[in-house]
Amino acid sequence: MSIVGFISFFDDNFVSILNGLALGMLLFVLALGLSLIFGLLDVLNLAHGSLYLLGTYLGFQLAEREGIPFLLTALLVTVIGLGFGIFLNVSLRPVRGRGHLDQALVTLGLALIVGDLTTIIWGTQYHQAPEPHFLQTSTQIFGHYYPVYQLAVMVVGFVLFVLVYTLVERTQLGAILRAAVEDADMVGALGINVRRVMLAILVLGAGLAAFAGVIGGPIMSITPDVGDTVLIYALIVIVIGGLGSITGAFVGSIILGEVLTLGVALISQYASFALFGAMAVVLIVRPAGLFGR
Amino acid sequence: MSPRATGLLARAALLALLATGPLFLGDFRTNLLARILSFGLFAASLDLLIGYTGLPSLGHAAFFGIGGFGAALLALHVTSNVFAQLGVATGAAALAGGTVGAFAVRSRGVYFLMLTLATGEILASLAVSWTSVTQGTNGLSIGNGSFYPGDGRPLDLNLRVDTVYYYVLAAVLVGYLFLRLLVASPFGRALVGVRENEARMRSLGYSVTLYKVGAMLIAGGLAGFAGALTVQQQKYVDYTIFSFTNYSALAVIALIIGGRATLLGPVLGGAFVFILRDQLSSHFSQHWPIVLGAIIVLVVYLFPAGLMGGARSLRRLLRRAKATPLEPNEATR
Repeated sequence: MSIVGFISFFDDNFVSILNGLALGMLLFVLALGLSLIFGLLDVLNLAHGSLYLLGTYLGFQLAEREGIPFLLTALLVTVIGLGFGIFLNVSLRPVRGRGHLDQALVTLGLALIVGDLTTIIWGTQYHQAPEPHFLQTSTQIFGHYYPVYQLAVMVVGFVLFVLVYTLVERTQLGAILRAAVEDADMVGALGINVRRVMLAILVLGAGLAAFAGVIGGPIMSITPDVGDTVLIYALIVIVIGGLGSITGAFVGSIILGEVLTLGVALISQYASFALFGAMAVVLIVRPAGLFGR
Repeated sequence: MSPRATGLLARAALLALLATGPLFLGDFRTNLLARILSFGLFAASLDLLIGYTGLPSLGHAAFFGIGGFGAALLALHVTSNVFAQLGVATGAAALAGGTVGAFAVRSRGVYFLMLTLATGEILASLAVSWTSVTQGTNGLSIGNGSFYPGDGRPLDLNLRVDTVYYYVLAAVLVGYLFLRLLVASPFGRALVGVRENEARMRSLGYSVTLYKVGAMLIAGGLAGFAGALTVQQQKYVDYTIFSFTNYSALAVIALIIGGRATLLGPVLGGAFVFILRDQLSSHFSQHWPIVLGAIIVLVVYLFPAGLMGGARSLRRLLRRAKATPLEPNEATR
């Protein structure tokens, strides 16, 4: 492809590329928690998508129907998500030490219950959450109009990445975290309460998932099965990026975001193949994911 | 009566019940029983992976669906012969199982769960979006199947419900016996070895990867076999055959309820969840997920070994109770 051809391709699909980035950053907020829970607790949390689902409906209810300011709504829902994280920790306690499947099944059972409860409360019809007032404009980038809200989501995702990356790679707490991922028993023997670290990660991940639901409302439609959809996306992000890696979750999210938007824009009918292809290529080249060990 | 004889007698009684089923069940129930049987075989094929090999798959419906769509596509475009459909569908699903296996068995634990789940879900979305082949949400309706080669004398599989039933029963029995022989064979024993201690099997010179891929291939093929049977009796297939809640997860639940590594357990567990869903959906139709969710959590908490596992430990307990008074005699001898 010549340079002119490349520029013209870039220009034609500019909005799709930006949409991919926005979706990618949204997925990152979700996948980060899931990946850390995997890495540290060795648990496949199938209720992670349900937290997004709960967050997105609660956000819609509070911000749109009750008229609570968007930022306050986001805060409230995140706190509810944190609470759910504690509940999740309690429900996983009886099966701790059993196989991966049993633990995943408990979270699956909870996911089914939460999913059905949301349809009992909010019905099965489709909703679209509007953007918050203060972000309801669009701006011009390279001659294309683009909504500010999507740009704000990108910023949120990127800031989160920088924050968490610094926290984990550059602080004492992060060192404990990384060591616990490597060998939890050894860290416990050094006198650190590993259980508390695990609880913190589970709760934090749950809060992030609920938060992702709120900010995802205006980007993804609000339907009863959006929770399952984003859960699968988050899983694919982790397969691509590598288990328990923050950079991996970040890069994997961007790749998946682009495959999902640019892929649909270019080859709509075969976007599922592209999804498969992206996963298969990574697994052939690097079975542990791009940034996995 | 010895426990072994009791077990054999129970199995014989079950078989007699199944063989005479259509005589006292109505058409609707006979059809339902045939669907339960194919689902039971599907759950048993998953047992080969989860129970015997220790590969926790959450995407087994992928192969069930490939078999189902394979049979339907063959029926629409190539032949009405049910045996040919069954054979090709099984082969296609086995191929898919082996391929997914070749990727997935390089990972372990949580990663394997995630990979199989993602595979199943992507295939489900593919079945919706690839409309030129699958007709999207409309699905594929197929005509009557034939037992004879060619389309000369089609024996109407729709005309008599019990013809369909006995065809399904025979096929499921063949599949089940195949699994039974397989797990008793050296190959099956090696799979258990892989589950119990992978490192030791490797140091004994077994190619663990090859055994795992083999298990994925066979389990995938049998799942496809069950999927093809299901589609042949329903004469219809759509993307919901790949459904996580209706097939992948439900089969895992059947397995957990029935007991892992028992083969018969998952079949009985499958019958249980299938009938439960049928009964519940007539009462509160839409809220099956919440019931299923509660069942999953309760079963995992309360019956870690499943019903068959419970029966086994009960039997062991009885045997021990009976054996204790004999011990002094043996000592004096």
